[in-house]
Amino acid sequence: MKKKFDKTAKSNAITYGMVIAFWVIIQIMIYTDNISSLMKGLLVPVCAYAILAVSLNLTVGILGELSLGHAGFMCVGAFASAFFTICMKDVIPVAGVRFTLALLIGAASAAVFGVLIGIPVLRLRGDYLAIVTLAFGEIIKNFMNILFIGRDSQGLHFSTKDSVALGLEPDGVVLLKGPQGITGTSKDSTFTIGIILLLITLFIVLRLIQSRDGRAIKAIRDNRIAAESIGINITKYKLMAFAISAGLAGIGGVLYAHNLSTLTATSKNFGYNMSIMILVFVVLGGIGNIRGSVIAAAVLTVLPELLRSLSDYRMLIYAIVLIVMMLFNWSPAALEFRERYSLKRLLHKNKAKEAA
Amino acid sequence: MSFLSYLINGISLGSVYAIIALGYTMVYGIAKMLNFAHGDVIMIGAYVVFTAITSMALPVIPAILLAVVACTALGVLIERVAYRPLRNAASPLAVLITAIGVSYLLQNIALLVFGANTKSFPSVVGIKPLSLGGGALTVSGETIVTILACIVIMIGLTLFINKTKAGQAMLAVSEDKGAAQLMGINVNGTIALTFAIGSALAAIAGVLLCSAYPSLTPYTGSMPGIKAFVAAVFGGIGSIPGAMIGGILLGVIEIFGKAYISSQMADAIVFGVLIIVLLVKPTGLLGKKIQEKV
Repeated sequence: MKKKFDKTAKSNAITYGMVIAFWVIIQIMIYTDNISSLMKGLLVPVCAYAILAVSLNLTVGILGELSLGHAGFMCVGAFASAFFTICMKDVIPVAGVRFTLALLIGAASAAVFGVLIGIPVLRLRGDYLAIVTLAFGEIIKNFMNILFIGRDSQGLHFSTKDSVALGLEPDGVVLLKGPQGITGTSKDSTFTIGIILLLITLFIVLRLIQSRDGRAIKAIRDNRIAAESIGINITKYKLMAFAISAGLAGIGGVLYAHNLSTLTATSKNFGYNMSIMILVFVVLGGIGNIRGSVIAAAVLTVLPELLRSLSDYRMLIYAIVLIVMMLFNWSPAALEFRERYSLKRLLHKNKAKEAA
Repeated sequence: MSFLSYLINGISLGSVYAIIALGYTMVYGIAKMLNFAHGDVIMIGAYVVFTAITSMALPVIPAILLAVVACTALGVLIERVAYRPLRNAASPLAVLITAIGVSYLLQNIALLVFGANTKSFPSVVGIKPLSLGGGALTVSGETIVTILACIVIMIGLTLFINKTKAGQAMLAVSEDKGAAQLMGINVNGTIALTFAIGSALAAIAGVLLCSAYPSLTPYTGSMPGIKAFVAAVFGGIGSIPGAMIGGILLGVIEIFGKAYISSQMADAIVFGVLIIVLLVKPTGLLGKKIQEKV
């Protein structure tokens, strides 16, 4: 038992070390001016995507439920925090304090949504659960597109029609403009903050997995009925994992939102496409493998940019790489082939021969 | 009268969803996978018809036949290259992600070949609009053809599955792959046939969809694809009559939502109804109840 503990501790240390090493390398690259502005622009999104991938892996890999609406929670976190930031711009001038509060609000509101959505959704199974999460994700995105919020001396005004329907006084300002979203959020996210948040996310998820609660969650994934029969409260643990996953996605959303000057909810950034993209990170990195999610998120975010010189062909190549990697990693035939010709085994064989 | 015209429009849109949903539901029933690339096969079918009519100057019927053949071949090819190797993979998510990869691939191939510009789809339906009640209600030719096509496909498919050997083989494989194989059914062939039929239907759906909404881009198929997927789940995924009912209901709800509630909220309403239905009937309207054994 002691040995096993050491093994997980070592594995966790590698994960944290990898993230810190990445930060150090990027910092050195920034100081020596070896980094293109394009890559610089990708640093915060990479952190945000890594956080999202890790949080989705909690739902998909550890809880074992397919969620296709993860971007919805990110959307909630992003809009709640951006709204807070824009409201409090003059009240709290210190960026650090404001961002911390925004972060807490973003994470909390996403987690609340996680619970609200989780209660009905977690009753369903398999593909039905997947489609309902997709539906919720789309509804959240759709709702953000029609929501208008304005502020004047009377307080806040809400409308789902347009900014005129808010009935603001002349001094009022429209903060959330439906399809135009929120403009003028201060850009508080930095790469260092992103890395810190990623480390916190990793810490929360890894601690959870290795705790008693985490083992209960994994027991539910492996056999729901057996877990129930030994007295594990299914609903409680499912909801717990789902809500934590949503809250962490909210953190990713906060980071993402504070990296943009204009926050809008389009199908590209908060819709089904984003949910799918995060799912691709999780599956390609390995379902249930937290470190893999981080690596896959980083590599797949940077890959299309590295392929930019190929211009029109880059997304085509991305698609082919995705298909080939899935076939190589998952098809039984390819696995057998890899087993037969793996480097480790060939080395082993030679050793065996030498010994003989 | 406006109610009636909304209803007819809804049924027409729903018929397109139903035809697409049939492809989803058949593939799901037999291969237990969500074929996310199905929506993009629709788009490819529409582009083939577009090219055949505008560049090759083919008449309408041969153009549609060409699209059906092309999509059938494409569907079988996708199944052979991308999905079959993963049929016995450890996680069902592997083939789902591969399907997403295929979807990206088809979109980007279309982007490279046809460009990002919106193409205006030519009118393929030569039927004059039908005027009812002294001009109070007009039903366009596209609507009539769409609804008729849907009925014909539905009857044809039901007959095919219940009366032919190949159809019975499909039922057997969807019931139990191993047992079907022991009975001498060619499982791989049957699954390939299912993909072929689904993709052929996708080509027809593509033509019908683009006749009703004549703007064609490489992303045309993706939203109707998702809606049809919702329709398939709505009716109970794996069930053919379910896909039909789900599709038509979804179309009607969408058009009514647009007309009477809010045009921007139409999608949210569709998804909201889906959620409510699934909460009441967790396996869709006509879905099979799954008994869980310990």
